[in-house]
Amino acid sequence: MKKLSHAYMWVVFALLYAPILVLVLFSFNRAGSLNHFSGFSLYWYRELFRDATALAALRNSLVLAVSSSLIATVIGTLAALGIDRTRSKFLKGSLTSVTNIPMMNPDIVTGVSMMLLFVAAASVPFLPVRFGFTTMLIAHTTFNLPYIILSVLPRFRQMDTHLREAALDLGCTPAKTFFKVELPAVLPGIVSGLMIGFTLSLDDFVISHFVSSPDFQTLPLYVYNQTAHEIKYSMYALCALMVFAILALLLAVNFAGAKGEKKQKNGGAA
Amino acid sequence: MKKLLTALVLILMLACLVSCGTDGNKDSAGAGSTTLYVYNWGEYISDGSEDSLDSNAAFEQYCKEELGMNVKVNYSTYSSNEDLYAKLSSGSVSYDVVIPSDYMIARLAAEGLLCELNPEQTVANYAYIDDNFKGLYYDENEIWSVPYTYGTVGILYNTDIVDPADENIGSWSLMWDEDYTGNILQFNNPRDAFGTAQYALGYSVNSDKESEWQEALSLLKEQKNVVQGYVMDEIFNKMKGGSAAIAAYYAGDFFTMYADNELLDFYHPVEGTNVFVDAMCIPAGTKNYDLAVEYINFMLSEEVAIANAEYICYASPNRLVYENEDYIAYMEEEVHPEAIDILYNFDMGNMEFYHDLSEETRLMMNSLWEELKIESKIGISIYIICAAIVLSLGAALTVTFIKKKIRESYYD
Amino acid sequence: MNKRSFLERFAAVPHTVWAVLFILAPLLFVVYFAFTDTYGNFTLDNITMLSSYTHIFLLSICFALIATAICLVIGYPLAYIISQLSPRRQKLLIVFLMLPMWISLLIRTYSLMAILDNGGLLNSLLVSLGLDKVKIVGTSGAVILGMVYDFLPYMVLPIYTSMSKLDKRYYEAASDLGCNSLKTLFRVTLPLSLPGVISGITMVFVPSISTFYISQKLGGGSFDLIGDTIERQFKNVSTYNIGAAISLVMMILILISVAVMNRFSDEDEGGMIV
Repeated sequence: MKKLSHAYMWVVFALLYAPILVLVLFSFNRAGSLNHFSGFSLYWYRELFRDATALAALRNSLVLAVSSSLIATVIGTLAALGIDRTRSKFLKGSLTSVTNIPMMNPDIVTGVSMMLLFVAAASVPFLPVRFGFTTMLIAHTTFNLPYIILSVLPRFRQMDTHLREAALDLGCTPAKTFFKVELPAVLPGIVSGLMIGFTLSLDDFVISHFVSSPDFQTLPLYVYNQTAHEIKYSMYALCALMVFAILALLLAVNFAGAKGEKKQKNGGAA
Repeated sequence: MKKLLTALVLILMLACLVSCGTDGNKDSAGAGSTTLYVYNWGEYISDGSEDSLDSNAAFEQYCKEELGMNVKVNYSTYSSNEDLYAKLSSGSVSYDVVIPSDYMIARLAAEGLLCELNPEQTVANYAYIDDNFKGLYYDENEIWSVPYTYGTVGILYNTDIVDPADENIGSWSLMWDEDYTGNILQFNNPRDAFGTAQYALGYSVNSDKESEWQEALSLLKEQKNVVQGYVMDEIFNKMKGGSAAIAAYYAGDFFTMYADNELLDFYHPVEGTNVFVDAMCIPAGTKNYDLAVEYINFMLSEEVAIANAEYICYASPNRLVYENEDYIAYMEEEVHPEAIDILYNFDMGNMEFYHDLSEETRLMMNSLWEELKIESKIGISIYIICAAIVLSLGAALTVTFIKKKIRESYYD
Repeated sequence: MNKRSFLERFAAVPHTVWAVLFILAPLLFVVYFAFTDTYGNFTLDNITMLSSYTHIFLLSICFALIATAICLVIGYPLAYIISQLSPRRQKLLIVFLMLPMWISLLIRTYSLMAILDNGGLLNSLLVSLGLDKVKIVGTSGAVILGMVYDFLPYMVLPIYTSMSKLDKRYYEAASDLGCNSLKTLFRVTLPLSLPGVISGITMVFVPSISTFYISQKLGGGSFDLIGDTIERQFKNVSTYNIGAAISLVMMILILISVAVMNRFSDEDEGGMIV
């Protein structure tokens, strides 16, 4: 039974990874083809680093992901605090349900609605709305917010209120209490929210597709805009590099984590 | 949680490193630099890959050395004329140089979205443009545009799958041949797709007669049973890998595919086909008119124009290119033995430009296209499976509900 | 109860402003566009025109339902197996499950297409084994496969999360009371992991019903789902209104089904991932 279940697991993982393996393998292909392998070469990697537009798109993606997830984290953490401390049930309820809308809504509807808003705003005189970085930042921050609130809010709920009261009794100002006591307590929630936001923003194509302008392209948009001609194989090289980087990162983290755990264990034994 | 933190910090550091790294390059252009916004088709300029010339970088260098200006070219791409139109007409973006096709230039000019260019006076290298490509219907008085490339639509087929003796070869009817059911690719945009049907029927692609469009639609509906799909970029992989046998596409792109699959062949259908010109224009919202003119002129200079023509494999209306012996030799030896014939020597009388359709016809075409696309050829089986899922879900819920009731009855 | 500080009182203000401006206002614009024509006059034509799209709605719902069902059938055992492993291996496997989500969906789908295509790797393999080619790309099966492949992690993660939260003592109690492992699975694990299942179903169903890239690439563009239809409407300024109407109807459909689904799970946090 156990063997069978393990076999099942590996089969699913193998299927899940097959396209990624193909992608990594063919990024080393000399010929620009996904069908036949003509020989090992780093050609597409060289092409990638020569392609200024692709590198700019990569940079845009990262800048956007970092800035939108950071802004969303700040607003979202504050919002979680506010929602947690609101006494009005109605306010609490309506705020959480409005927040959840972008999460429940299909991406395409969020994207379309944002686009209609910006189109309408652009036609208002004296309102300098231009599609581009700003509209993308707003859109990405908006769809990141619910995820951040959702991962921070439970931490506020679970927090021991006595801690806060103790800090206040011991003479901390409310602001100081927030930064010294509450923030550290909810930090794990903030960090995981930030991570989710970063990932979502990096990966988003659908919403960006509707609110972007061609002079601020993110990586997924860059790939999509090659539609009239051909997807460059250097994109596969880029994805392969991303796979390697994430893999290395995760393994490093995991390895460091394992070491930490061991240390803790040893410490406990001693 | 520590792990997560570490991971995050590492990612952020990585992100900063990358962005700083590239930002550094940007800053090295120096303060007080001008940015020129160029908006072009994807993969439509020599970009420095495969040891070619990087046209935009060359322009930046040229500005620095010859004009003493720090110029940064912001180059972005679109995938259809309609995308370009949507961006320009929304007024939410501003560009300095755009490269639309003929009929779109006519529409943009008519709607006042272009800046007067008068290339005869302003663009020195305009003198090298073939007279056949001056004053065409979309720009009769040579005000708005400077031709960049031109090309034709034809049919490419895989000689390994399609019998070379097939009588349909040479005609559009190959695209309707039932022997190759599931092996035919059609354009995924209304104008080109309707075009194939209209040429096959012997109608003009610029017709405003609804009956002709309706006939074209029924022909396309008929074709829906034999096509594998409606595609744009997938065509490259599918034709190269032999996943499809017949497709209508642009002559220039045939060479890109041929480079990876020498079994492919190409012809211009006898019934006639589409010829198009993509030309450089300056949108009305430009902030760098003079620099834009400079850019257009630079694109026509010999070295750059040849590099672009060799990279994108489309025909060039520039004498400096098509009369250049090295270029001809390159195209015939490296690209395809008949490259020059296919690109340049065709019967222009048999070709038709797309004209900008009237608002009414355009709406009709779009709604007919809508009709074609939403027509479903999916069998009933999918609905049956779906109904089964819904039923079993309902059954499971009922069972749980009844069980719950029974359990509750124990407590009573 | 003590008085709330200034910070606590006004912390949610920036978010409230943001939500009104960028969540509610855009939706109002969708409603506005759905009920007006190109010139801004009130009309119901967009909504009545939707009747010609009925079968597209039906088809999309069917595709999404089938994909969700397959994801559940594949994903539930997977989540269960992972949750039974040692904590360290659990973490590693979850990380490996999330890794594909870091790679652009476009590229993954394109790569899947390259494998499944008529002349693709799978068919070359079949041919070299002396078998017949199978036509996958361009069929409805390919689209469903693409959805399952792209969204499977969204099903596994919430189910796994709700399983890993389960108190191990339930299992012990169940086995003490005479349940074998299969019975434990059905009578203990399954009911208790239901919130995860519900949120998994929503997380797969919603992107599946609204996708347009997957159906374009793997379906060969020869049949349309709602996502494709909406996307095409927003290519021309003249069809924004009908596009808004389709989006509005889809949004209402989805919000209703999500609300119905959430009825089945009592947990108010919805068993979100991570």
